[in-house]
Amino acid sequence: MSETLKETVGEVCRSVEFDRSRMIDVVREVQKRYGNVSGEAMELIARELKTHRVEVESVVSFYAFLSEMRQGKVVIRLCNDVIDRMHGADRVLAAFEEELGIRVGETTPDGEITLTTTACIGMSDQAPAALINDVVVNHLSSDLAREIVWELKQHGNPALLVKNLGDGNNASELVSAMVKNNIRHRGAVILSRAATGQGLETALAMTPAEVIRNVKTARLRGRGGAGFPTGMKWEFTRAGSAAERVIVCNADEGEPGTFKDRVILTECPDLMFEGMTIGAYAIGASLGIVYLRAEYAYLKRFLESVLDRRRSEGVLGRGICGLEGFDFDIRIQMGAGAYICGEETALLSSCEGVRGDPKNRPPFPAQKGYLGLPTSVNNVETLCCVARIMEHGPGWFTALGSEQSAGTKLLSISGDCKRSGVYELPLGIPLRELLKLAGAEDAQAIQVGGPSGQMVGPDAFDRTICYDDLSTGGSIMVFGPKRKILEVVDAFLEFFVEESCGYCTPCRVGNVLLKKAVAKLISGKGSQKDLAYLQSLAETVKKTSRCGLGQTSPNPVLSTLENFRSVYEEVLVAGEAGLQHDFELSRAVSQAARIAGRTSAHLHP
Amino acid sequence: MEKPRIATTSLAGCFGCHMSLLDIDARILDLAELVEFHKSPINDIKAFDQHCAVGLIEGGCCNEENVKVLREFRRNCDILVSVGDCAIMGGIPAMRNLVPLEECLQEAYLNGPTVFNPSKRIPNDPEIPLLLEKVYPCHEVVEIDYHLPGCPPPADTLWEALGALLKGNPIELSYELIKYD
Amino acid sequence: MNKTVIFLLDGEVIEGSPGKTILEAAEDAGKYIPRLCAYKGLAPHGSCRVCTVLVNGRPQASCIQPIADGIVVESESAEVRELRRGVIEMLFVEGNHFCMCCEKSGNCELQALAYRFGITAPRYPYLFPKREVDATHPYILLDRNRCIQCGRCVRASRDVDGKNVFQFGGRGAGKRIAVNAAGGLGKTDAAVIDQAIEVCPVGAILRKRVGFRVPVGKRKFDHQPIGSDIEGKAGPTAV
Repeated sequence: MSETLKETVGEVCRSVEFDRSRMIDVVREVQKRYGNVSGEAMELIARELKTHRVEVESVVSFYAFLSEMRQGKVVIRLCNDVIDRMHGADRVLAAFEEELGIRVGETTPDGEITLTTTACIGMSDQAPAALINDVVVNHLSSDLAREIVWELKQHGNPALLVKNLGDGNNASELVSAMVKNNIRHRGAVILSRAATGQGLETALAMTPAEVIRNVKTARLRGRGGAGFPTGMKWEFTRAGSAAERVIVCNADEGEPGTFKDRVILTECPDLMFEGMTIGAYAIGASLGIVYLRAEYAYLKRFLESVLDRRRSEGVLGRGICGLEGFDFDIRIQMGAGAYICGEETALLSSCEGVRGDPKNRPPFPAQKGYLGLPTSVNNVETLCCVARIMEHGPGWFTALGSEQSAGTKLLSISGDCKRSGVYELPLGIPLRELLKLAGAEDAQAIQVGGPSGQMVGPDAFDRTICYDDLSTGGSIMVFGPKRKILEVVDAFLEFFVEESCGYCTPCRVGNVLLKKAVAKLISGKGSQKDLAYLQSLAETVKKTSRCGLGQTSPNPVLSTLENFRSVYEEVLVAGEAGLQHDFELSRAVSQAARIAGRTSAHLHP
Repeated sequence: MEKPRIATTSLAGCFGCHMSLLDIDARILDLAELVEFHKSPINDIKAFDQHCAVGLIEGGCCNEENVKVLREFRRNCDILVSVGDCAIMGGIPAMRNLVPLEECLQEAYLNGPTVFNPSKRIPNDPEIPLLLEKVYPCHEVVEIDYHLPGCPPPADTLWEALGALLKGNPIELSYELIKYD
Repeated sequence: MNKTVIFLLDGEVIEGSPGKTILEAAEDAGKYIPRLCAYKGLAPHGSCRVCTVLVNGRPQASCIQPIADGIVVESESAEVRELRRGVIEMLFVEGNHFCMCCEKSGNCELQALAYRFGITAPRYPYLFPKREVDATHPYILLDRNRCIQCGRCVRASRDVDGKNVFQFGGRGAGKRIAVNAAGGLGKTDAAVIDQAIEVCPVGAILRKRVGFRVPVGKRKFDHQPIGSDIEGKAGPTAV
């Protein structure tokens, strides 16, 4: 075995104190240094972390940002999300391919540059965008793609691609990103600039039970999408006699079309950490973990500096705010490219250094979460709300929003609108009003809540954004009059096929079958029977899947079958009865015809 | 009253399913009383000139001729039945679906360890139907009304199924009559 | 603490001991709930979803869902049977299941479930995936074409054999069984007597040179539907 690899692996494993649960950190570091995690590296890592080679392989082969095959020193990951495609990502990809002389998925012969595509990287408001190693490049065009390749060939340093810094903290030295915040509307809770940091002290003057009671009184519900009442989650986590508990902040914002956490992490990290510290106090946690998606690695140094500052200010670490016995610290756990890790139990698996498979429930994380400890997993935005609730009291919070849904919500709006970006608005706002603000009045369809949410048309524009009507973790995608709905559905299904963890049968197989069924319809080969088949398959996947991914992945199909029935009916074939019209003899014999050098004798239907 | 007509064919199959039909033994006489065999290898009628009540399909579709025949059956039979695993899922011939077509032909006619082929050519007479890029189950080419699995389906399965169809009943098979091998 | 839990299963009152899953409690009461990934003596996995039931109207995998007082469980309704049937059919089209030449035929749990459900053909298109066969071990064959990703071998190797020979690799449709050596199964410490080899419900992990020893007609599921042992019924059951 090569000595330098052995030394490097040894050093990397030592940096995590040979803790097997820190496997993701180890393999990420090895990947970064060598461009892959080779079989040899797997053996070495397994030996150092006292585990098995196959366990390392199972992790490396799970995450999109890790690979056994060597990648280039520079990896270009072009976002191929539906919004990016609408903004010309396909042309950008073609330019990258042409300029690099390779196809997507390949590495240049000199081993310098790898070109690949990836799911939504949280930049839908500045699409098309790509990650070049950890560097975000946005507003891409084919010309810009060519320029980027030319430059990379000169210096090979993605950091030098950053030309015009973005606004706010994006321009700070520790971030140095071209990313734009695109804050379009500041609400009272999160983006108001009025936060004082007093929430923590106010909370520490109460008992933990009082803190939880206040959060319950404020009727705060999870901002990630599922909408579980936060106070109740904390109460469950606090219950029981565990000696240690954990609070985890879910910053794995992966739902396509969502980018609001990116803005919070950039502009209000203190608020988030403050909320987390309050949560830790409420549930009795001494450990906090921020699970940061790999796509947001460019924010890591900055967030760590904020944590350092908070430690020096005494609002993190031992005896927080002078309160003896309240010791709490936060570490940042990087993800490695897996949408499923936004699901809270998959996120915990990932934090524990294994494949990002969701866990069986029960037990729930509140009973047995991270490494078996009672754990509360909360969204970035939820934790910010907590800090503000403590600062101003639950009454202030419930006065915002609607009768049933308290507070404001950060919405990420993208697609066919004049002003894409982040809007903080009171819950209960009608969709129509939102579209007016964003300049999208002529929308044909709105995808509320990302691919796992639902697609609605103009007849639903008077419905409201809130937990009891149109619920969303923040993603609002706008599709203008010229967009083809079925192609959007197809793109969403492609996303789910890519991102299913494969643990359970219906999600692993069913999404592939759904995609095939929709492709058949798009190709104009489907019949009325295929619509019934599609509906029933979608329902089977929804009802039998194990976690939220498979339970919601059929939503693009189900909601469009309901709300956009006509787009399906328009493409149905009226061919001869009894034949399967997607079977095309000419296509089926084309290979044989080429090999034989003659044409088919039966090319009539 | 005219007897209902039955047509049968073997596409990419081994005729084992037809053998199983003959395996109903003496009941074949009862069957002959009940039905008239039209296009079938059993009586060597080559073409449809009358509409049939039931078509029994053995084998999947591995070449263009299979597709042509299967479509003819669909047009000329009221009820179409996939008989045997090859018709249902491609069967043994479909094991080639895991190998690219060109590689398959090279292995079969040029490189295989048991190949004797002095001409060193892959057979390519215009009379030879072109292969499909994979073997298709029949129901992926035309609509199929019933499936009788087995390799071959037991004779009793065929007897029960035909009996039901001739009485105008749906096919319902008991536990012992559904077998995949 | 020792009081029993009482719940309804398909309208029948069932008593179970606390801590049991719905699947276990039903089994104790002589009710068979179809399953593939669940196996006595291995930790529940909850992956195949064949044991799906409705608990108070909500779909749940009965192999991981504990019983609770007063729950209403639906297992043999038309709706639940249809869901299970769909999942079983998915497993058939996902892999390459050539039953006619598989040594496991007649003793295969996937096939037996399809028989029990009276499946004559799946409604979904066959995917014919490319999968790898690993014949490097002198006594054991690993044929991924037949693997249904139930993870029994993973759990048995880790928890019973204490060897970690198997683990999942890849994700989504590319998920596959990986083995603990670069050179294949033959380079691992897998042994023919391992529980991991014994528990495979299909023909994905087989002992070499013992195939087809039991003649057709005498195999496990030739005459008795899977689950008959639990239902305590002797002969073939109409299902």
